[in-house]
Amino acid sequence: MQASESSAGNAVKLILAWGFVGIPLAWGVIETVINSLKLFQ
Amino acid sequence: MSFLSKERIIAPPGYSRWLIPPAALCVHLCIGQAYAFSVFNLPMTKLIGITKSAPGDWALTDLGWIFSLGIFFLGASAALLGRWVEDGGPRRAMFTAALCFGGGFVISAIGVYIHNIWVVYFGYGVVGGFGLGLGYISPVSTLIKWFPDRPGMATGMAIMGFGGGAFIASPLSVWLMAKFTTPTHIGVPEAFLVLGVIYLCFMMVGAAIVRIPAPGWKPEGYVAPAQPKKLVTDKHVYVYDALKTPQFWLIWWVLCLNVTAGIGVLGQASAMSQEMFPGRITAVAAAGFVGLMSLFNMGGRFFWASISDYIGRKNTYFVFFALGIVLYALVPTAGSLGSVELFVMCFLVIISMYGGGFATVPAYLKDMFGTRYVGAIHGMLITAWSMAGIFGPVLVNYIRAYNVAHGVAKAQAYNTTMYVMAVLLVIGFICNYFITAVHERHHMKRGEEAEAMT
Repeated sequence: MQASESSAGNAVKLILAWGFVGIPLAWGVIETVINSLKLFQ
Repeated sequence: MSFLSKERIIAPPGYSRWLIPPAALCVHLCIGQAYAFSVFNLPMTKLIGITKSAPGDWALTDLGWIFSLGIFFLGASAALLGRWVEDGGPRRAMFTAALCFGGGFVISAIGVYIHNIWVVYFGYGVVGGFGLGLGYISPVSTLIKWFPDRPGMATGMAIMGFGGGAFIASPLSVWLMAKFTTPTHIGVPEAFLVLGVIYLCFMMVGAAIVRIPAPGWKPEGYVAPAQPKKLVTDKHVYVYDALKTPQFWLIWWVLCLNVTAGIGVLGQASAMSQEMFPGRITAVAAAGFVGLMSLFNMGGRFFWASISDYIGRKNTYFVFFALGIVLYALVPTAGSLGSVELFVMCFLVIISMYGGGFATVPAYLKDMFGTRYVGAIHGMLITAWSMAGIFGPVLVNYIRAYNVAHGVAKAQAYNTTMYVMAVLLVIGFICNYFITAVHERHHMKRGEEAEAMT
């Protein structure tokens, strides 16, 4: 019971931590990809 | 402060090691802003004149020093404070880096507000530069200790963040300046202030979640190889003893030459592509090319560092140098054939290997010198980057200028540079070839190791 609670807690922490860095990074990458497409226009 | 001490951040049993890369990324995504600092340059030349430069406004040449000082102090602080970072642990280093980097922006905001460039030099260049250096090396040894099975991938992820930081900083800075700009004022100081606060908070999150593994911890199911590989040591070399080994200086040259070749073309990519393909690559397309190169620079950091876990660090650098020589030699051919596709492909692979060189080197150092002082040793190796930052652009710019002055057409003016870069990579290949295992006389003795661990 305690082990499953701990693994659920870990999963929440992982989602929050990766979301915290992943969302801004993904936004920046998408912006750059959109600008990069100009090379092919 | 006990909150910052190493003892307070020992991970409890069951702590997921996958929380450490986001902690490292919190820092590296922020300090990667340095690559995007140039977005402030033009607005800062019009702080008085607003629509165009007026008497008393700063010149671009004055503003260029802000970035140069930042990079200089990045190298200096990484080299001087590496030992302090190792001894105090990653939280203290990340906390201090956050204060310096965020504080540097706040000081610079005051400098811009009172229109005193020396305050900006001190703020972003000196204080911010210390934040850059401390932040850059702070998570390296922690990641290596958490991922003994995949050290390349782990450090590659963090250093990828440094490459990706500009992707966030560039549009965010432009948006902030637009928000605070009025018909009578350019919103640079407010943008600096907001960025300083954002970066301070973001980096503090990294400092809060970072943990070090408990002594003797190993990943579940991980068994260290029974037969250690020839170029991977399980011993440790003291930070200053590493400087006495030929291996340190060979890796120093390997990094310096790999970076010199990449950094020169990265800075000149826009102009070079337009001059080599006049009429075919426009200014807008060239900006797209630069963006694409930045993506490959970031992606290469993760890709190549991860590959190095399977093929070994030495082989990874052999690939960088051998493939780099071929690709640099192909660039003039691409120009003479008028093949934009070949030109773009060559540079995208080259720039991925430039990023890969940065990301693979911490694991190379760990293989050679062990994990105990790898962060501090990495800090001292960063001086190779500072050196390459001067050599690379100088080589590209001066050889091109010399050729143009001697009547070479602009489209062919970069050919000599490409061959020079290929020669530099040949030298890098030779340096890499001579890297062997560190002699055991440099290894720390058992007693020293135990003392160092406390």
